[in-house]
Amino acid sequence: MIRKTFESEIQQVKDEVLLLGSMVEHAIIGSVEALKKRDIKASEKIMAEDKEINKKRFAIENQLMILIATQQPMAHDLRLLASCMEIISELERMGDYAKGIANINVRMGDEPLLKPLIDIPRMAQKGADMLHRALTAFVNEDVEAARSIPVEDDEVDGLYNQIYHELMMYIIQDPKTIERANWLLWVAHNLERVADRVTNICERTIFIATGEFSEIKSSDDEFWKGQKK
Amino acid sequence: MKNNQTPEIAIETKNLFIFYGSFAAVSEVNLKIEKQKVTAIIGPSGCGKSTLLRAFNRMNDFVPSSYVTGEVLLSGQNLYGSNIDPVEVRRRIGMVFQKPNPFPKSIYENIAWGARINGFKGNMDELVEQSLRGAALWEEVKDQLQKSAYELSGGQQQRLCIARTIAIQPDIILMDEPASALDPISTLRIEELMQELKKNYTIIIVTHNMQQAARVSDYTAMMMLEKDGSRSGTVIEFSETKKIFTNPKDKRTEDYVTGRFG
Repeated sequence: MIRKTFESEIQQVKDEVLLLGSMVEHAIIGSVEALKKRDIKASEKIMAEDKEINKKRFAIENQLMILIATQQPMAHDLRLLASCMEIISELERMGDYAKGIANINVRMGDEPLLKPLIDIPRMAQKGADMLHRALTAFVNEDVEAARSIPVEDDEVDGLYNQIYHELMMYIIQDPKTIERANWLLWVAHNLERVADRVTNICERTIFIATGEFSEIKSSDDEFWKGQKK
Repeated sequence: MKNNQTPEIAIETKNLFIFYGSFAAVSEVNLKIEKQKVTAIIGPSGCGKSTLLRAFNRMNDFVPSSYVTGEVLLSGQNLYGSNIDPVEVRRRIGMVFQKPNPFPKSIYENIAWGARINGFKGNMDELVEQSLRGAALWEEVKDQLQKSAYELSGGQQQRLCIARTIAIQPDIILMDEPASALDPISTLRIEELMQELKKNYTIIIVTHNMQQAARVSDYTAMMMLEKDGSRSGTVIEFSETKKIFTNPKDKRTEDYVTGRFG
């Protein structure tokens, strides 16, 4: 097979992207679990692990730069490597959202949760599940899956809207809850962004496979459409 | 191409077949080469790239038993028409070869000679300077125009051959692997020169170096042997260079440009 070395290096990059993805997935689920249990130590661990995520992202970026410089990829190879550059950046930012959630738990100190968490863990589970499948679609270049996963973002947006309105009710009823409500709102907001970034990964997968840039609708637009001016 | 305008075509082939005896080396080529652009012809060895290039200025006429069917149209005129003088064709369509081939004469004479036999009556010194400037060689040789062309480096010799070609003001310049015998810096100089030259000339280049095709050309024609086992080459995909190297339509082009075939 011609270019056997190059192909095995491409495979290695894909494996590394998957590994980075699983680190991020773990961080998202873990950050919400820790918040639910008010486990500050676990949150601190997640914050420390974010450094590993960042390191991994830079290591993959370096690997990609070397491959581009030494192998002069063209056509599908070029689209794949250039897209990996984008995907790892998306993953790293998702890691930041998890770190943000962990940080909120640490900052809350001894304050109890405003309410038991039900929808927030659902959002986290859904986002992590979408991410997992988006990365499977990326590895298999499964265009059909890459187009269908972002549709599920509506579910995450629905949960976010529900949480938003619920927390507004708390604030209206008792303004003293503002700070605690705000913390949870930030958590939900971070999780909503996770799902948005999954959509970006899916767009890249479609690009790798077809060479076409197709923007899948942004749930941000959907959210703001639902809000009064 | 200006916005919303039909691109101006410098040369066009219509249903072109190139034969050596009964063997069709190149089959059914329909290409429209845009004016003042660089068009690259790429493809694996033996697929007919150079044969096709040479058909553009009737260089294949020198090969006994070679003939073409179909048409090569320069400004609408078939270059293989019965009333066409092949020498005039080669004056209007110049060629630069793989290995620099200056005449065993002075730098000055290398340029003046072709112009003189083509009946140039103007100021020869001016023409020599202009041509050398056009080929980005003037600054390096202006004080040694009487020196033998053989004393120049390979890269300089190749630029001298380009100067010699543009001295007779052709419409089109054909380049057959013009940098494959040169070092990387001389290669980049030639590539840079091509970007200057295309302001005035149409360039068609055959290259084995895909990165070079990607760097220098606006359009790329991908050639390959026909699938039918006839060993005949043809153009399987012709498109903007950026498309060929980022998202080719033909699987064979994809395999070739990614280095998995050929």
